[in-house]
Amino acid sequence: MSDDELTPASTLREVSDSDSSSSEPRDEPGLPAVPGEVPAVPAGQPHAPVPVVAHADVIDDAIDNPVFITEKLSVSYGTAPAVLDVSLRVPEKQITAFIGPSGCGKSTIIRCFNRMNDLIPGAHVEGTVRYHGVDLYGSDIDSVQVRKRIGMVFQKPNPFPKSIYDNIAFGPKVLGMKGSMDQIVEEALRRASLWDDVKDRLKDNAFGMSGGQQQRLCIARALATNPDVLLMDEPCSALDPISTGRIEDLMHELKETVSIVIVTHNMQQAARVSDRTAFFIVDMGSSEEARIGRLVEYGPTDRIFTNPHDIRTEEYVSGKFG
Amino acid sequence: MTSAEASARPSSEVLGVPPAARTLRDRSFILLLGVLTSIALIVLAVLLIDTAIDGIPQLSISFLTSFPSAFPAKAGIESAITGTLWLMAVVAFVIVPLGVASALYLEEFADGTRWWNRTIEVNIQNLAAVPSIVYGILGLAYIVRGPLSLGRTVLAGGLTLALVVLPVVIITGREALRAVPPSIKEGALALGATRWQAIWRQILPASIPGIATGVILSISRAIGETAPLILVGAATFVAFNPTGLDSPFTALPLQIFSWISQPNDEFRMLAAAAIIVLLVILVILNAVAIRLRNRYQQRW
Amino acid sequence: MATPSIASGVAGPTAESVFGPARRRIGEKAIAFALFCAAATSVVITVGIVVSLTGETLAFFADDAVTASGFLTDGQWTPLFSDPQFGIRPLVQGTLIISGIALIVAIPLGIGTAAFLSEYASPRVRKAVKPTLELLAGVPTVVFGYFALTFFTPSVLQGFLGMDVSVFNGLAGGIIVGVLIVPTVASVAEDAMSAVPQSLREGAYGLGASRRQVTVRVVVPAALSGITAGVVLGASRAVGETMVVLIAAGQVPTTSLDPRNPMETMTAFIGATGKGDVPTGSTGYKAIFAVGFALFLMTLILNMISIRFVRRYRQVYE
Repeated sequence: MSDDELTPASTLREVSDSDSSSSEPRDEPGLPAVPGEVPAVPAGQPHAPVPVVAHADVIDDAIDNPVFITEKLSVSYGTAPAVLDVSLRVPEKQITAFIGPSGCGKSTIIRCFNRMNDLIPGAHVEGTVRYHGVDLYGSDIDSVQVRKRIGMVFQKPNPFPKSIYDNIAFGPKVLGMKGSMDQIVEEALRRASLWDDVKDRLKDNAFGMSGGQQQRLCIARALATNPDVLLMDEPCSALDPISTGRIEDLMHELKETVSIVIVTHNMQQAARVSDRTAFFIVDMGSSEEARIGRLVEYGPTDRIFTNPHDIRTEEYVSGKFG
Repeated sequence: MTSAEASARPSSEVLGVPPAARTLRDRSFILLLGVLTSIALIVLAVLLIDTAIDGIPQLSISFLTSFPSAFPAKAGIESAITGTLWLMAVVAFVIVPLGVASALYLEEFADGTRWWNRTIEVNIQNLAAVPSIVYGILGLAYIVRGPLSLGRTVLAGGLTLALVVLPVVIITGREALRAVPPSIKEGALALGATRWQAIWRQILPASIPGIATGVILSISRAIGETAPLILVGAATFVAFNPTGLDSPFTALPLQIFSWISQPNDEFRMLAAAAIIVLLVILVILNAVAIRLRNRYQQRW
Repeated sequence: MATPSIASGVAGPTAESVFGPARRRIGEKAIAFALFCAAATSVVITVGIVVSLTGETLAFFADDAVTASGFLTDGQWTPLFSDPQFGIRPLVQGTLIISGIALIVAIPLGIGTAAFLSEYASPRVRKAVKPTLELLAGVPTVVFGYFALTFFTPSVLQGFLGMDVSVFNGLAGGIIVGVLIVPTVASVAEDAMSAVPQSLREGAYGLGASRRQVTVRVVVPAALSGITAGVVLGASRAVGETMVVLIAAGQVPTTSLDPRNPMETMTAFIGATGKGDVPTGSTGYKAIFAVGFALFLMTLILNMISIRFVRRYRQVYE
């Protein structure tokens, strides 16, 4: 608990203030497709008549309990494609990590999973994302309902400028719960292992917490609505190593009850926490604008890190680029 | 000099001597800018001192609690003060809902690529620079007479002043809403809040100090306005306090204008005293606004 | 916004079975519509201004005593006389002279203040000067009118400078209006100067330029469109300013060009005529609207020009 106090919240916030506003797309658009490098979906997958090409073995998503299935998922901002043709299956109650250099589209993809891309004017999604079999971009889907089931934690801790208690209680309240929230608040804080730190100052403003505590508060806040999935978009990039370690421990505890998808640019973190890893790359074109993110390889984390099939994955995980 | 003595060689030997003419011009330029900046501030200081000298001797309890009179010694500003307070209430009652709602629409709902939203935006920018006396003409034609036909009442005066400052409230309200980082909205939406829930429970509360500051400053601008009230036809010789929205009224700036227009010097001294009262009210409003801003504004 | 996905032929769980019954959220739409209506009120206000001004202005020109050519060219404006004359030239001329004097005062003061605040002032000095300028901007104009009439004309123009000016004169009105618009000019100009990238300044310093040279040759030219926007906005405020001229410049419409004499502006005419109880429908009542219409047009054009200049410098540097 006192570890977090080492880094005052204000310092952390200042550091991350230089980031572009979080509603902006962080991943940039890219080049037209290079033939032969389109990641393929393994044969035998029920609803994917995608031709199998050279690198079929790099997308290893033979899992039988998928929570998300994407098929040829592409996102563009305006006319510029940001990420192209991502097809993969995310397992239930496990931790799936998306890694890759910045601009590779990993954050863009995760934002399709709870339709946060809807908030970006000009964002355009093609292909499908299925959540327990339901097309998230179907015409009968209400994005608000989606986000109630699929929680999200952002790169920069974003507590509301209210008390710790009110931060947690917000989610259940918008779900329509009435009455005392005491029990929900306590349980959410316990699940985020924050209860002992803050139980005596629940009425204090959340901005008085350290950066690490703020991020755990944001996790607790997401847990309070009992989501099925927790999306984490570089949750530790604004935190010191000690706070990062605590969040990673927390993720291990949480995967008993929720499926977690984490975007990280920190390979070690992916190796430490995740069960499966997807590696994205950015096709750097001749010009800055022409950059497209692509999925290169996907499989169990230990295989991705010890025995990558694609040369680019190998170079990335061995630190040769990125 | 000391640095030149301390070093082995004088700096002028190494770097050369700056041309005297350039140094002189540099110095006179600073002086010129200093003088230009000071002039407006000096005028303000002289204005305040002159008004204080003229007006302070006239200030008394009876001045504050008497009604206008043909005799300077008996004249006071009670009805002007109460009229101004009534106007403040009407202005606040109109601009808070209308201004905040407009700001919310433009910041949170409007799609800026649509022509009607761009029209509204440009229109507000232009309204902000329309001379207040033009609002007075509108008030005369449509509020006092014409469609609303409210007559020369507190309500007509307050509505007219509210129109004058509405653009300012909308513009400062938008700034206050924009100061709330988008991550707050994202956080709320990611928890399954609808757009309106995110706005109503997170964005709006976080921007209240900024909005309130803008509202108070707008009210203080409104109660200093004279020209629109002249046209709306508030009377200057009102020997009673307003009793309601439909009551005739006067207001401090009008009373001041009326006394300035008298050729009699004694009335002009009364104008100075009334100016002091008006300025004190404005300073109090501004102090509240600044305090609100410094105390409650969230630092992100 | 995202589009619906490409259709897939596979029948699977329905949205309802996973997410529960869909909500329609009529309330949200109603709120959005209500907020839109509030924002649209501002357009209604503009329409109100334009319609009320145009209607009575047309009625004014329909009046037997008024001719359009006389309105534009006559040198006399005496709408309340028994033999009324309706030449708007004296009013326009008075407005232009007083605004011109105001700009002669406000341009050097405003730009000088902006340059001082942006390029020279230490944070401490800036912290003291800026609120004082805001205070200046917050003083009601009737107070400036009082100051012009009871102090500036007798003590400064007649007393200190020994000038032969009338008690009511255009000069005092113009100068005080000039001081009044200094905060407007200065704040827009300072915004523009502050927006000039530091790298431009550093480039000039690197060549051995002094701070004065950087200010005059780099910052001011680079910020010129913003400075122009400030001056134009100041001009618009000067044209629309009522109380100072109504109180201190006199209410005598004249074609004299000598600002030491009393003169009447368009705003002062509106104020002076509106002060008395003009009966609806009288020619004097309609004249208020005709002059108001001309005033509205003048300030509208100035504002549009100013907005355009601001947009230009924003495009370059932001």
